[in-house]
Amino acid sequence: MADSDTAMVERYRNSFLNEVEANVEEGDWVKMCIQCGVCSGSCPFGPHWEHPPQELFMMIRAGKREAVLSTDSMWMCTSCYNCIVRCPREIPITHIMHGLANYAHRLGIAPKMNPTRRFAKLFWDNIAQKGRVNEMRLSVGLYFMDGLASGIKKSMEMASTGWGMFRAKRMNPPTLFVHKGCKDSEGIRKMLKKAQEIEDRRKGLTV
Amino acid sequence: MAKKEYSFYPGCTSERRASASNYMVSVESMCNKLDVKLNEIPDWNCCTASIGYAEGGELPRHALNARNIALSEKHNNGQDIVATCAACWLGAKETQQRLSASDQLLSDTKEALKEAGLAIDYTGDVPIRHMVEVLLEDFGYEELAKPAIKSLEGIKFAGYVGCQTNRPFGIDGESFENPRYLDKLVETVGGQAIEEYDQKVTCCGGALAFSEPEKSQEQIKDIVESAYDHGADMIVTPCPVCQMNVEIYQDSINKNYKTKFNMPVTYYSQLMTVAYGGSAKEAGLDGQVIRAKQLEDIAAKPVKK
Amino acid sequence: MGQANRVGVYICRGCGLGDRLDTAQLAQVADREGKADIVREHEFLCSESGVAMIKQDVASEAATHVMIAACSRRSKTDAFNFENVALGRTNLREGVIWVRPDTDEARETTQEMAADYVRMGCAEIKHMQVPKGNPDRGSNKRVLVVGGGVSGMTAAIEAAKTGYEVLLVEKTGVLGGMTGALYKRVPYAEPYGDPQDTGVSALIEAVDADKRISVFLNSTISRTSGAPGQFSVDIAKESGGTQTENVGAIIMASGFSNYDANQLPELGFGKTPDVVDQLGLEQLAKAADGGVIQRPSDGKAVTSVTFVQCAGQRSDKPGHLPYCSGHCCNTSIKQAMYFKDANPDIDTNIIYMDLRTPGNGEDFYRSGQRKRVTFTKGVVEEVGVANGSLQVKFKDLILNEDVVADTDLVVLATGQVANSGVDIDADAQATQEDKEAKVNQIKIPVESILNLQYRQGPDIPHLRHGFNDSHFICFPYETRRSGIYSCGPVRRPMDIAQATEDATGAALKAIQAVTNASLGRAVHPRSGDLSFPTFRREGCTQCKRCTVECPFGAIDEDEQSYPVFNESRCRRCGTCMGACPVRVISFENYSIDTVGSQLKAVDMPDEFDEKPRILVLACENDAYPALDAAGMNRLEYSAFVRTIPVRCLGSVSNIWVTDALNAGYDGVMLMGCKRGDDYQCHFVKGSELAHDRMTKIDDTLQTLSLERERVQVYEIAITDIQRVPELINDYAVKIDEIGMNPFKGF
Repeated sequence: MADSDTAMVERYRNSFLNEVEANVEEGDWVKMCIQCGVCSGSCPFGPHWEHPPQELFMMIRAGKREAVLSTDSMWMCTSCYNCIVRCPREIPITHIMHGLANYAHRLGIAPKMNPTRRFAKLFWDNIAQKGRVNEMRLSVGLYFMDGLASGIKKSMEMASTGWGMFRAKRMNPPTLFVHKGCKDSEGIRKMLKKAQEIEDRRKGLTV
Repeated sequence: MAKKEYSFYPGCTSERRASASNYMVSVESMCNKLDVKLNEIPDWNCCTASIGYAEGGELPRHALNARNIALSEKHNNGQDIVATCAACWLGAKETQQRLSASDQLLSDTKEALKEAGLAIDYTGDVPIRHMVEVLLEDFGYEELAKPAIKSLEGIKFAGYVGCQTNRPFGIDGESFENPRYLDKLVETVGGQAIEEYDQKVTCCGGALAFSEPEKSQEQIKDIVESAYDHGADMIVTPCPVCQMNVEIYQDSINKNYKTKFNMPVTYYSQLMTVAYGGSAKEAGLDGQVIRAKQLEDIAAKPVKK
Repeated sequence: MGQANRVGVYICRGCGLGDRLDTAQLAQVADREGKADIVREHEFLCSESGVAMIKQDVASEAATHVMIAACSRRSKTDAFNFENVALGRTNLREGVIWVRPDTDEARETTQEMAADYVRMGCAEIKHMQVPKGNPDRGSNKRVLVVGGGVSGMTAAIEAAKTGYEVLLVEKTGVLGGMTGALYKRVPYAEPYGDPQDTGVSALIEAVDADKRISVFLNSTISRTSGAPGQFSVDIAKESGGTQTENVGAIIMASGFSNYDANQLPELGFGKTPDVVDQLGLEQLAKAADGGVIQRPSDGKAVTSVTFVQCAGQRSDKPGHLPYCSGHCCNTSIKQAMYFKDANPDIDTNIIYMDLRTPGNGEDFYRSGQRKRVTFTKGVVEEVGVANGSLQVKFKDLILNEDVVADTDLVVLATGQVANSGVDIDADAQATQEDKEAKVNQIKIPVESILNLQYRQGPDIPHLRHGFNDSHFICFPYETRRSGIYSCGPVRRPMDIAQATEDATGAALKAIQAVTNASLGRAVHPRSGDLSFPTFRREGCTQCKRCTVECPFGAIDEDEQSYPVFNESRCRRCGTCMGACPVRVISFENYSIDTVGSQLKAVDMPDEFDEKPRILVLACENDAYPALDAAGMNRLEYSAFVRTIPVRCLGSVSNIWVTDALNAGYDGVMLMGCKRGDDYQCHFVKGSELAHDRMTKIDDTLQTLSLERERVQVYEIAITDIQRVPELINDYAVKIDEIGMNPFKGF
């Protein structure tokens, strides 16, 4: 546990909550949690969360900044929205989990090797190029994420699955090399750049 | 029946030879039979799905969805936006809601849209609907039954609704915990719906099927196993991610769990197309990794007059 | 009066009775067996013409006693309401045709059931007299309110507003009570977002402005005697001197004392002035008056404050209160807002086990969250002092870790301790365990509040945890002393909003009591009843059972130990009648004979008829309405039961049960209300006493060589609509199993 966590002065104060409210998507809902635990019990990946959402909310209030931002818990969110529809306080939990993950990622505190974090980056880079997903490149990128050798191994493992998709005409190997994407991919890239710029400014993350 | 027109947002998986191309084929056939015209939003882009948030953050994500809405308003003005993919529908709808709730987010988004030459086109008041909503609300079960010339009698379907068609927005009048519309659609075309199927709204893992395959396959195993336990012949779903995850990983689940799964996973639109007299090809049944033999058989049968 | 009784029997054919029953045969039964003087059938008895027909017979004195064979006695009470007539009701609708199937096979037993009820009705009415009303009535209509807090002032204002004179007695020199010590109160109006003005000054102004209210400050009650409509009280001034006043009813609003936080040294109280209880924080807030609250030890502006919920409460530790005081979570939210509203950067942490925010507190809680009050589910173990600041040691129950957090100020949310006076049952009833538990409880100096001159003791009985007994489920302000009502935190822990509502209710009850008393009538639950108990002196054995068992202290003894009935205090439950071993106590319209003759009037089939008979003695407050409701829902039950409503199970005399068994009944079902600490008995102890007495029936059964199962006691709630028919049917099966009563035909 990092030192900033155990420093008594920071515990159970509003400081980290304020930070979350300012920087995390829907973060101003965190204080509204009533600790009923319905979200944690409703999560399909619940058992795999080191700190389920209810606990993360309490950790934020308790000022455990380092522990919250460095956990891989919110990276377990499958975006099934079960927690949202069941939360008695109607807290947008899914979005807060996304927001926390994004914030931790932007700060560079998120667990580097977390597969979902890495896949999410691959995915975004994939769509940000041409405005549409290139499924072929995305999967190949995923398999070769950890280097060539491991990529070949994974590809072999997934070969039958891929072959099935190919046979069913639901896989398009040529797009690995040529992918049209959106016509105005140029405009999209400019738009995204601008959006990123504004968001960084709003969240005080301007480099 | 007067032709109905919609502004269509097909989404990335619907592209030719993409993972849900068979869904697209069947939707087109179904819409033909129902005299629905789908006007594709020109140059639509990705909705960022449920995984774009991590790198993309908030505003870039909304900008991408707002672009689609703006394009629709510009080119298909006055037409409801209709999506067939749960994530596309959800992404667009969520952005619309969020922008209408925050003036700052709206003006920031417009500023970004300007870069793509679309700032003034976004008003954000166009209804954004799922194809299922079109079927249920603009047609209704009774109307949907009318064009059916074949019955899917004898086939037992486990209606797997999944997550994002169901939550957080869901289909009007349906419960989050036990939505009934998919079962009713099955019954509309003569199939037997398994009402007791208890994995109806279980998550398939979504995008985490790629990044956390073991954890996701645990879920998928439950989804398929329960379909078998309840005597299903096949699973039917409205979601392309659900369809793909539940279908293509059965192979690895069989390896890891020593199961013998071979459960076809179909789309509601495939059922409707076959019932409406469409061929297996028109229903996209050639796009099944696990062939839906019973549906193919019905599709192959000549129509009795 | 003075003339012979003339019984008129009126049989209704409406509501399907005429279709389902042979009413001509019933008329014949009333005539030949019931020996009625007049028997009339009517197609629609509760109609104008039906009622007119009865009234005409009454007017012409053709009938002095009216027996209506129609619907339940609980129906059509407005139509069947005749003056100066003894009135009986026989229940052929809810009690017969609605609980029996309309089939050919059932017709015979259904008719037999109806015929028996007509026989029973005829038997009962002969033993009834027109109640004359309590002769010893007092007509004082003033209301005494004891306690000048929010409860007391509200009760005084509400009673005065309706035109009654009020004496308001307050022990201290000022009105306002606990609420007067608060800076602000928890909001009681939309949107329940911010602390509101306590409203105490407005209440005091209203009290002062009302000419009907006389305020006695620095005063206590040194003596109370009498009964509703005729209480006499001595009001003792602190400065000496006593004033005797007469009042018609009393409202006890003596409130609560703050739990003594010195009992909680582990939480730092007494060790440093920076640990305060909620009342202490109110004083600090009053001093700050909207500004930042200062730390008592050094006057430093508080930058962080920690609230410890359930301090010495909801705990089984010695010296702690076992219960929840209800208001403290909302109070801490309010107090956290004192800080946040003055400066949002002050950190406020409420450490709770379970956040309980009754009323509209959920909105208030939400408001507290919006203001960034931190809510931490945890248990505080210790509060210590280190480096000039307080250290709160607690376990965070969500994060499952032990935490030490420093803070400038600690507020302990301690509980309410009722100012309920002397526990009159303390020694009499305490078991060893109780006594041990009491030793562990905090001692507060116990002074009597009312100084009642009753044989039962100087104050109202306590129920649990030292709070006044009050009928918590049915009649919240009722006490076991007629005409004396309790309200506010003296009867259970509560907040200001609840106390206000409570006080209003108690004021209404007091008004009802003085009105009923002046008319010689009973108060709830037999409100308006004019009957009262009398006893046959020559038969009385001076056993004192009636005086001891009366739940309301309505019976005293004279020097020879004969009972002296205090009719004005009597609730007409008949517990004395059920208690009397020599059966000398009776009411004009309810007696050993009115019930005894009914059960004997039944036409008892012989042993070989295969028609058992089950007697049901059903409490009129819950069991009988539940049976009626079963009928309304057309839930069927056995045609072999014959039901007689009783005022309370406490009024059931053992002789009825032995008579029934001797008469050949195969089983007796006694249906009363829930007893015990969570009692639902309308007469508090009636059901309990009946259970105790019925344990003695076992001996009787043994003497008669009868099975124990032939007499069963049940607890029935008014909502047991499905259950009651099931119980009857199950019992009918059981009787079938054990066989017929061998005493039939003897």
